[in-house]
Amino acid sequence: MALAFSSTEDRNRNLQLEIDGVSHRYDLGDRTLPVLDDVSISVKPGEFVALLGPSGCGKSTLLRLAAGLEQPSQGSLSEDGTPITNPDPDRILVFQDATLFPWLTVRKNIASGLDARGVLKEQQHRVDELLKLVKLEGFADAYPHQLSGGMAQRVAIARALVNDPKLLLLDEPFGKLDSLTRLTMQKELLQLWKQTGFTALLVTHDVEEALLLADRVIVFSDRPARIVAEVNVAKPHPRKRDDSDLLDLRRSLLEQLGVSHDV
Amino acid sequence: MTDVLRNDFGTVQQAAFRPWKPWRNGLLAAASWGTAAAVTYLLPDVINWNATGLFATIVAGIALLLLALAFVVPLSDKRTKTLQHYGPWLVAIGVWFAVWELLTAKLGWLPKPFFSPPQGLLNVYITDWERLLVCVGYTARLWSLGFFSGIAVGFVAGVALGWSKSFAYWGMPVLKLIGPVPASAWIPCTFFIFPSTFQASIFLVALASGIPVAILTAAGVGQVNRAYYDVARTLGASTSYLIFKVAVPASLPNVFVGLFMALYYSFAVLVVAEMLGAKFGLGWYLQFNTAYSAYANVYAALIIMALICAGLVRLLFVLRDRLLNWQKGIL
Repeated sequence: MALAFSSTEDRNRNLQLEIDGVSHRYDLGDRTLPVLDDVSISVKPGEFVALLGPSGCGKSTLLRLAAGLEQPSQGSLSEDGTPITNPDPDRILVFQDATLFPWLTVRKNIASGLDARGVLKEQQHRVDELLKLVKLEGFADAYPHQLSGGMAQRVAIARALVNDPKLLLLDEPFGKLDSLTRLTMQKELLQLWKQTGFTALLVTHDVEEALLLADRVIVFSDRPARIVAEVNVAKPHPRKRDDSDLLDLRRSLLEQLGVSHDV
Repeated sequence: MTDVLRNDFGTVQQAAFRPWKPWRNGLLAAASWGTAAAVTYLLPDVINWNATGLFATIVAGIALLLLALAFVVPLSDKRTKTLQHYGPWLVAIGVWFAVWELLTAKLGWLPKPFFSPPQGLLNVYITDWERLLVCVGYTARLWSLGFFSGIAVGFVAGVALGWSKSFAYWGMPVLKLIGPVPASAWIPCTFFIFPSTFQASIFLVALASGIPVAILTAAGVGQVNRAYYDVARTLGASTSYLIFKVAVPASLPNVFVGLFMALYYSFAVLVVAEMLGAKFGLGWYLQFNTAYSAYANVYAALIIMALICAGLVRLLFVLRDRLLNWQKGIL
């Protein structure tokens, strides 16, 4: 039933994500590497939550668990009450690298999710909608190596959104873009989120990005990641970067992260 | 001065304004081919070769053609680009014919039967063309049956080896063991296993072409960036999608390296394969004539084989460029 779905009829497809007492470690043969330590987060349907923490602290692992690519060593994750055991196109992960399939054109990359589920024929129009949404109509037949970093990341986001995900997991999606492109992309992501209403979980190490986009910012410690703080950002969009409340929040978050406020 | 420069960059007016000059390499080529023709025709042969007069005529004809082209080419700059590109080669081939002619037929420094002048090869083509044609046909049948079955099995095996850990566990050591075994070492086994020698020959060609394809396909599938699988899995891909729409296209550049190797190996093994009781075929022709010290025939057949192989390599390049056009700019 989810497959026959068309976003034009029914906006606000989203889900409630429950992360309950999740710990995770990687087995490195001679030793184990703990990456997550007793993490519990409840994400409301349609909420935009940012996970903030130092690079390599284990936030990305949490996204992989939420995507169903891996199972946690301890604890559980569920979507709308159902345990997450497998990857599902309802929960899509966008990586730091666009990871486009280099042998497919932009159009076919965006269509790959529909193709994989065998619904491409019925939903062909969605591909064109998404091309328009991410403003890449002119590049439909280009190959990934012909795109700039920002364009590639837009394709990656379109490839995720074409499946009408209920949950979009974003793993530092703008981390490798230049700062100007990053600003535009943040604005675009916010618009897409408002238009389509998915639940969003964004991993970032950029305090400003977290404050600009998220309803709630969760701060993680260094590895193994524990939750050290949680901040609600009760500011309506569009937010201004130099808003005094946001600057206050920024200062306190940086302190939480162990960076002195005069940085 | 500036006017001249500007005209050099203009396209339409170029022909009209630039002083007309013949194609230099064309003239040189005409000269070298003309020399080859003159050497062939005017100097006496040490021993009699039947086709000397004919060869001289053909070379002289080509020299005249090149001379004509040297004056036509400047008028049609664009359309003859390929021809112009190979200009230096045309000159070199003329020189090569002249030198070859001198060393073999005219001076006798490279004696019969070990060496043959170009007219010796021409003579083979004239007198033995029917048999050569039949041989080409037989070889084409053996080669295509062997090569295509070999690469098909090799590709499937390679995907399985690269994808499945248990396939790799059992298959890789076996592949590494049989890979370096020379084709002729298989002959006793194949005689026993296959009901006919023709099937045994097909097997040898298939083996020679299958092994490089299998090894490189397996390596290619094994090297696919894991992130592609993660992406595809979150997009809802099934295992067959992961294999056929992610692993296979991602490893295609490797597969083509294997195909090129397969092509060369399959040609190299033809001679051995046609040792097994074949009655016709280029490989058989090579052996038969080597046994009779008819080296002119051997060279004549080798040239045919080399040309066919080069043609097939060219075809494979075209196919690769078509299938891997997404790589343009990466390579």
